[in-house]
Amino acid sequence: MERTELEAKVRNFLIEDLEVEEEKIFPDAKLKEDMGIDSLDFVDIVVIVERNFGFVIKPEEMAGVDTYSKFCDYIATKVG
Amino acid sequence: MRRVVITGMGIWSCLGTSIGEVRDSLFNGRSGIGLEEERLSYGYQSALTGIVKKPELKGLLDRHLRRELSEEAEYAFMAGSAAFKMAGVDEKYLTDNEIGCIFGNDSSAKPVIESARIMAEKHDTSLLGQSFIFQSMNSTVNMNISTIFHLKGINFSVSAACASGSHSVGLAYMFIRNGLQDMILCGGAQETNFYSMAAFDALGAFSKNMKNPTGASRPFDRDRDGLVPSGGAAALVLEDYDHAVARGAEIIAEVIGYGFSSNGTAVISQPSDEGCIRAMQRAMDDAGVRACDIDYINAHATSTRQGDMYEAMAIDKLFRGEHALISSTKGMTGHECWMAGASELVYSMIMMQNGFVAPNLNIENRDEYSEHLNLAERTVETEVNTVLSNSFGFGGTNSALVIRKLKQ
Repeated sequence: MERTELEAKVRNFLIEDLEVEEEKIFPDAKLKEDMGIDSLDFVDIVVIVERNFGFVIKPEEMAGVDTYSKFCDYIATKVG
Repeated sequence: MRRVVITGMGIWSCLGTSIGEVRDSLFNGRSGIGLEEERLSYGYQSALTGIVKKPELKGLLDRHLRRELSEEAEYAFMAGSAAFKMAGVDEKYLTDNEIGCIFGNDSSAKPVIESARIMAEKHDTSLLGQSFIFQSMNSTVNMNISTIFHLKGINFSVSAACASGSHSVGLAYMFIRNGLQDMILCGGAQETNFYSMAAFDALGAFSKNMKNPTGASRPFDRDRDGLVPSGGAAALVLEDYDHAVARGAEIIAEVIGYGFSSNGTAVISQPSDEGCIRAMQRAMDDAGVRACDIDYINAHATSTRQGDMYEAMAIDKLFRGEHALISSTKGMTGHECWMAGASELVYSMIMMQNGFVAPNLNIENRDEYSEHLNLAERTVETEVNTVLSNSFGFGGTNSALVIRKLKQ
């Protein structure tokens, strides 16, 4: 999957499903501090990612994934 | 013991979503019943249901608070917000004071069924998301309402079938009367989605009069063919009298009696006139009133032959020859089940405030048990000072409440 397509999908679900304001989505944006994503949101993100990208996030693989760009990088490693 | 008053009320039902709208429906005998055709394709025997508007919560509540709300908790939020507003309870008051929360609710079928469907398909709990647990427990209303309003007092749910809403008010009344709380938000909530009532439909208890939806719910009428499921939420702010006076709150009514009983019968769905009588008599004894003091009885009567019959026998034994007017507002609302006891108290207070008794809609030919009842067949404009409200449920749980206009 092209990076632009991947990021478009991520941006879309962040805005539509998690109601993150568009201007708060930028490469170094912190998922928690800047985007307001809390621990319960991460439980939903597992479902949303599976729906959008067809794989199930493993929580242990998310250690250190704390920004928008790192989150997209993580998904990219999974979808190729 | 302390006096307990009602200083706020809110309603979200098939009769309307504001006190004014519901008042007009009650006064004009407007039915809130309609058809949800989807029920037939799902497998119901009847598509009849109360038509309840879905609240638009985006813009009212942050996503983090919205995401855990079950359908009935959404209704309860709308009703609870209106009740607090009427009571003059604002954000600062909520923050600075200890307020309790007791809601009646006895199911949350939709999230249970949807999560089970996902599990059957995915076999992976990590694909359920976080909302289902907070939506699927019976305490979904209490846990959400207490969180949204930052409540710090008593916090639990009452599951008592179709008497849940009434018992919640009765328990709130007892907590305040005994000095354990100064203010409690109480009420009842009922989901209306088609998952929620399939098992009830299975009993053949629902009206199939789909050609005439507004005529389908006919409490005490000889030609009824069953009840119509309905729902929404009703909320009341109960408060210690001195506490209400001290903060300058407007008092709507006083709760003066709570009565309860269990039928003790061997069949789970079997009503009992004797059980109804014990609850009503206990409520009147608690209130220190006699049958002649009651101006209006909001009957539980759901439009089923058995239930209507036993309640008619019970009311007849206690009230024959008395002046109390009687109506079951379920002719208009259908059976609001877990919320009914609370919503019918709100309907009664609206009648009390506006000087009328709402009609027992669709009563055309009384059955043999209700022929002596002083039923309000049409809207009656009259002063209503003291009200007895009945609620009865499966398993023989009975609750009766007495409220009256405030006497200084």
